[in-house]
Amino acid sequence: MLRVKYVTVAVDDLIVVRDASLSIGTGEIHIMMGPNGAGKSSLLKAIMGISGYKVIKGSILLNGKDITDLKPHERAKLGIALAHQNPPKVRVKSRYILTKLMELYHKGKTDEYLRELIKEFNVEHLLDRELYSGFSGGEIKRFELLTAILQKPRVCLLDEPDSGVDIDTIRKLATIISRLVNDGTSVLLVTHVGHIVKYLSRADVLYVMVNGRIIYRGDVSIIPRLLERGYQILTEL
Amino acid sequence: MDWKEILKEIARKALNKKAPYGIDIDLSKYSWEVSENVDIDSLKALPKPLLERSKAMGVDVDEKSVSGTYLQLDTNVLRTYITEKFKNYGVHVMSVEDAIKKFDWVRNYYWKAIPVDLDKYTAITELYGRHGYFIYVPPGVKVREPLQACLFIHREGTAQAVHNIIVVDEDAELNLMTACTALPTKAIHIGVSEFYIKRNAKLTFTMVHYWGPTHHVRPRATAIVEEGGLFINYYIHMAPVRSLQMFPTAILKGANAQAYLTTILVGSRDAHIDVGGRIVFKGVDTRGEISSRSLIRDSAHVTMRGELIGETQSRGHIDCKGLLLSPKSVGEAIPVLKSINESAELTHEAAIGRISRDELEYLMSKGFTEEEAVSLIVRGFLEVGIERLPPQLRKYVGNVLDMITRYAKG
Repeated sequence: MLRVKYVTVAVDDLIVVRDASLSIGTGEIHIMMGPNGAGKSSLLKAIMGISGYKVIKGSILLNGKDITDLKPHERAKLGIALAHQNPPKVRVKSRYILTKLMELYHKGKTDEYLRELIKEFNVEHLLDRELYSGFSGGEIKRFELLTAILQKPRVCLLDEPDSGVDIDTIRKLATIISRLVNDGTSVLLVTHVGHIVKYLSRADVLYVMVNGRIIYRGDVSIIPRLLERGYQILTEL
Repeated sequence: MDWKEILKEIARKALNKKAPYGIDIDLSKYSWEVSENVDIDSLKALPKPLLERSKAMGVDVDEKSVSGTYLQLDTNVLRTYITEKFKNYGVHVMSVEDAIKKFDWVRNYYWKAIPVDLDKYTAITELYGRHGYFIYVPPGVKVREPLQACLFIHREGTAQAVHNIIVVDEDAELNLMTACTALPTKAIHIGVSEFYIKRNAKLTFTMVHYWGPTHHVRPRATAIVEEGGLFINYYIHMAPVRSLQMFPTAILKGANAQAYLTTILVGSRDAHIDVGGRIVFKGVDTRGEISSRSLIRDSAHVTMRGELIGETQSRGHIDCKGLLLSPKSVGEAIPVLKSINESAELTHEAAIGRISRDELEYLMSKGFTEEEAVSLIVRGFLEVGIERLPPQLRKYVGNVLDMITRYAKG
């Protein structure tokens, strides 16, 4: 589904990701961990095509199609969705954004579909606020995942959906992500704390990124040890 | 001296009294003559450019979905119409001059909410203005189908000064939509409006203005809202104007009265726009909100004012926001909170800015092109106060806001 081949990413003149490669099949969940500033979010932004995160080497392929030079909206239309870690405030009511996403991705679908999602994500009380203005950490995570799901993604990039949220919200998000994957969406999930992994229906591959490089690709079973002892255990493997 | 003469005498003394806000207009440069009578008695018979403009503003020229119509062209009243049903209920729609002649009690509402000597614009309206609409809704009658009032200027150089009076009696309801426009190069419109909303009554007043780049506009409005009454004022200014200045006031006189004043406008070219609103909280447990959204482009200068005066236990909020769309455009937000009672809870928020790169990038990552992202922000920015409008008006207002978005983006 998604292949990242030897990608190097630069922000201005600074290299933030070096020679990163990964390959995610249909309906798989891949987890990415790593210390602060390792380049995890930068890689997700580069996959999404966010300007400022320039792929200066390597390529990104979606179902065999090279999307490295496509604009973000073109990638989104092809089925890549990014749930941002720290989305900006947008001076438009949240309700309006959801309506516009429905028009873009769900023409002809009834309002009932959106109402159900709004209820499931528990965001009714946020609809008349400007997007991300005065939202709590958990509310941002829920709303971002909701917008990503509305995009009907084939590949969903989740940037720390479990950071700064309570355990009930983590479980809820994990349930929704698991359902998404069961329906065939591929997921690349960046997490700092890793708690969400144990609530997912599956987790196929773990990557650990340090200083812009993927230094580990393997089984997710080492996550509890990583959480317990830190990234130094990778030197012991 | 009779009461009318007394008013005129007071007005004469205020003919040179400048308004505290907005650029001063030399009113002698306009024609105050009564315009020639025209033989038009329906909206559909209007000259084609006016007919097209009417449709663009959402006027129901076929009168299929309205409860009534008031049509004034320059200084002449061309049509007053009310459906049989509401006529039988005792609803009146007529020229204010006719109303004064017909009903002695109308004088109790004439210059009672607004002083005739407020400024030179109110004064000249009393002295040289012609007509304006008078609408009365008797107790308990709910006029939910929109009643439309059209104030159009067609003659070159016309000063159209109208005095409108609306009385919505106890437990009654009125949904009034007014459309004001001018076609000539030179014109000024002064609209004095006095609203009286009685106990538990509701008035939704939607005003759409479509002017030209050389026109000056000076509305003057005050609503007096009694116990349990509700006043919803929704103003849309959708096209260029040379200058516009208004500061409508809602006086929440009775307990539990409410007022919501919303202004949505686009400032363009070299427009000088000074708009706002004031709510005076006199009755206990009164509530109100002033919201404004301004799109400002070219070298337009827009000032958004808001003033809340808490005289009793009450709750009020001001929400003024401006979006600058050109490097030379200027926006100012001036919220004023004046509390003379410790249990008045008054708050405000104000923000003026440009569309940020982060906002655009975010929306593009959700699948919108850059062009679509700009439209979404501009159009979405205007989404305020619509939920308070009657359902029949929401779609229409949505269409007008779409037009504003297209215009604002150039």
